[in-house]
Amino acid sequence: MASYETFDYDVLIVGAGGAGLRAAIEASTSDLRVGLVCKSLLGKAHTVMAEGGVAAALANVDERDSWRVHFADTMKGGQYLSDSRMAELHAKESPERVRELEKWGALFDRTEDGSILQRNFGGHQYPRLAHVGDRTGLEMIRALQDHGIHQGIDVYMENTIISLLKTGDRVSGAFGYEREKGRFKIFTAKAVVLATGGVGKAYQVTSNSWEYTGDGHSLAYHAGAELIDMEFVQFHPTGMVWPPSVKGILVTEGVRGEGGILTNSEGHRFMFDDIPELYANQTADSPEEGWLYTQGDRDARRPPELLTRDHIARCIVREVQEGRGSPHGGVFLDIAWIKEKLPNAEEHIRRKLPSMYHQFKELADIDITQEPMEVGPTTHYIMGGIRVDADSQMTCVPGLFAAGECAAGLHGANRLGGNSLSDLLVFGKRAGEYAAQFAMENDAVPIEENHIEEIAQHVLKPFDNPTEGDNPYEIQAQLQEKMQQLVGIARSQESLNQALEEIEMLCEKAENTHVVGNREYNAGWHTALDLDCLLTVSEAIALAALERKASIGAHSRDDFPEKEEPGAGKYNTIIHKADDESMSIRRERVPELTDEQQQIIEEMG
Amino acid sequence: MDKATFRIWRGDADAAEFVDYETEVSEGMVVLDAVHRIQAEQANDLAVRWNCKAGKCGSCSAEVNGNPKLLCMTRLSDLPPDEPVTVEPMRAFPLIKDLVTDVSWNYKVKEKMKPFTPRPPDAEDGTWRMEQVDIDHIQEFKKCIECFLCQDVCHVLREHDLHDEFIGPRYLVYAASLEMHPIDTENRLEELKDSDGIGYCNITKCCTKVCPEHITITDNAIIPLKERVVDEFYDPLRKLFKVFTG
Repeated sequence: MASYETFDYDVLIVGAGGAGLRAAIEASTSDLRVGLVCKSLLGKAHTVMAEGGVAAALANVDERDSWRVHFADTMKGGQYLSDSRMAELHAKESPERVRELEKWGALFDRTEDGSILQRNFGGHQYPRLAHVGDRTGLEMIRALQDHGIHQGIDVYMENTIISLLKTGDRVSGAFGYEREKGRFKIFTAKAVVLATGGVGKAYQVTSNSWEYTGDGHSLAYHAGAELIDMEFVQFHPTGMVWPPSVKGILVTEGVRGEGGILTNSEGHRFMFDDIPELYANQTADSPEEGWLYTQGDRDARRPPELLTRDHIARCIVREVQEGRGSPHGGVFLDIAWIKEKLPNAEEHIRRKLPSMYHQFKELADIDITQEPMEVGPTTHYIMGGIRVDADSQMTCVPGLFAAGECAAGLHGANRLGGNSLSDLLVFGKRAGEYAAQFAMENDAVPIEENHIEEIAQHVLKPFDNPTEGDNPYEIQAQLQEKMQQLVGIARSQESLNQALEEIEMLCEKAENTHVVGNREYNAGWHTALDLDCLLTVSEAIALAALERKASIGAHSRDDFPEKEEPGAGKYNTIIHKADDESMSIRRERVPELTDEQQQIIEEMG
Repeated sequence: MDKATFRIWRGDADAAEFVDYETEVSEGMVVLDAVHRIQAEQANDLAVRWNCKAGKCGSCSAEVNGNPKLLCMTRLSDLPPDEPVTVEPMRAFPLIKDLVTDVSWNYKVKEKMKPFTPRPPDAEDGTWRMEQVDIDHIQEFKKCIECFLCQDVCHVLREHDLHDEFIGPRYLVYAASLEMHPIDTENRLEELKDSDGIGYCNITKCCTKVCPEHITITDNAIIPLKERVVDEFYDPLRKLFKVFTG
């Protein structure tokens, strides 16, 4: 072990998106040694891609908003499978987390009276998303980054954690490698916070980058933590579909928040055809009422384009399958039509949606102020993830915490847009705070050295495998294809069983992956190592999807179209690694609401 | 499907050269797609940074046919057909491997700059009131995705290698976003004049031309900062005033 560089910390944070940075900032307010490890350069994590805004009941635009309404909206959007304690904390604390960003230099768009402006988004009853045009994530990550670099946090950019280290029941550190030279590093820590984001790279069409290979989910699972509700993968309804090379790139929900409408090849606004019961009394009766809502008319109800993402994605798939899709297999998203309503529509669109304008102009030769976009669903987010305590964000492994997308509980069966940026602020802070507290209350435990050699050998194996072994990119592509086909928007027992067989086969292939070149910045080697995580989370998603014999939120089963299994009640699916190392799944009843929570939901219905 | 040749810089700081790869290209492809295809099919260990693939993160900066570009926003249809496309790393930074350079200097520069320091909040809830018109110009600077293409093209850094004396256009834009922030109370003019080396910029606007976010770096950020520095340190009336006021 002497050959590996070792770095000692009180709190180690894995991941430097919004949740990781917020956790690091919080932990650094105590007099502790804080390390932050990230796969990319600082400021490049997926938070930077978030567009529409951060949800917080600031009530700057509509004073009827409050944490109670935000709580009710979140629970409803998640089909009441969320952890209600998390939803309550999130709704109560997000306003303060957003305001605090301005103290650190963020600058949100303003209202007439100079406070933070808020916009409409799907599933939120009132204009609730603080935003900066359509580049809110960039503003947030930069504010956190620029504040964080002055807090005495040690940042390890372009380093990847391969395994958590445990001593007895407790987490004691992490083993990783740096991209530049491929050297191994050992981080010891009293507490570790996972903030690694999502799993989008398990799918073919995704808005996620190469980094989103489920590292945190997989690290936690192998360290003995539980994963919950992994079947709930959000397919964002509007990704680009053409040209092929940009397929999957996100088109912000902000387009619809600003009045954008969805139409099919017949020019029909199909979202009016199918309005779910749960939202019937909150949805506009006519296009005119919907338009008035987007323009801030407080008596109007929201247009059906602002229903929840799971529902819209399904409607788009239906239009395409029934032959009413756009030329490249999507539907039309039209913001240019608002010219009929607004005098300076073109300038208005460019101002409100600058990066969408830019993105379509440069990548697809489409001027969104003049013509509609073609859009279709893209894998965007996973609601499921590492099971944590609502208040502290600690997993069932002492000293191991998780926050942001890799953690679960807040979003239930479907996440509302804007609730992710607020999630990572609220629970990033909590994870940092409680990890620091854990580190102060517990002594360091020595790491177990024999385990480290085992990991090192495993990590180097792809170089030693016979040259006829598979190319890691091919295995990744095969996995993505199978997940897309078999564990996508529409699932069945047959497709999921087949997926599990395919995943098992790919696991065997991955064992024999061969990589060329040396350890220095070797993308092939990194891809081979990421495969372990991708395969673990893919198996978890398929297994959980098989377990839930119902169609609810983002999870749709062709063979079980009903929302609930008769007699099963509301439950979460829980995955853990069994003693025989196999993946095991069970159900647990969704925790009861408190009386106050129950009352809020009834009132806000 | 058509084929095209990509002449990609391969190697590390010790030895590197262009290597030609032929690969299939299709409608709408950007250079990053071709690089990824080559990486997956022919050169598994090819090093390239990328994340968002939509021009929002600023990771895939490189030089395409000699021009500083984001690989993800450079469409093949905008490049001359029938000629090899050269793809090489940014030249103003030390090479790590292939298309990846060591940009850590940029992060160190930012760390040394005086952080944002707000005035006390305007309202009891700890918030400030700002007019949209007063922040429009700062929001322009804050569009920066830190791709460092402006640093790459700046001759002070690229040709004269004055990394120790000049912070480069990216950080002048950053300084402008702080200095012009309506609630910031810090003064950075002395650093701008001395350690940040704003005087080295002779406003050739190369940075503005390559900015993928179309930030008017020179006109809106650097020139106003230069004017502030001049007003502060070189204005004869102010100098006189200072003599009397000590």
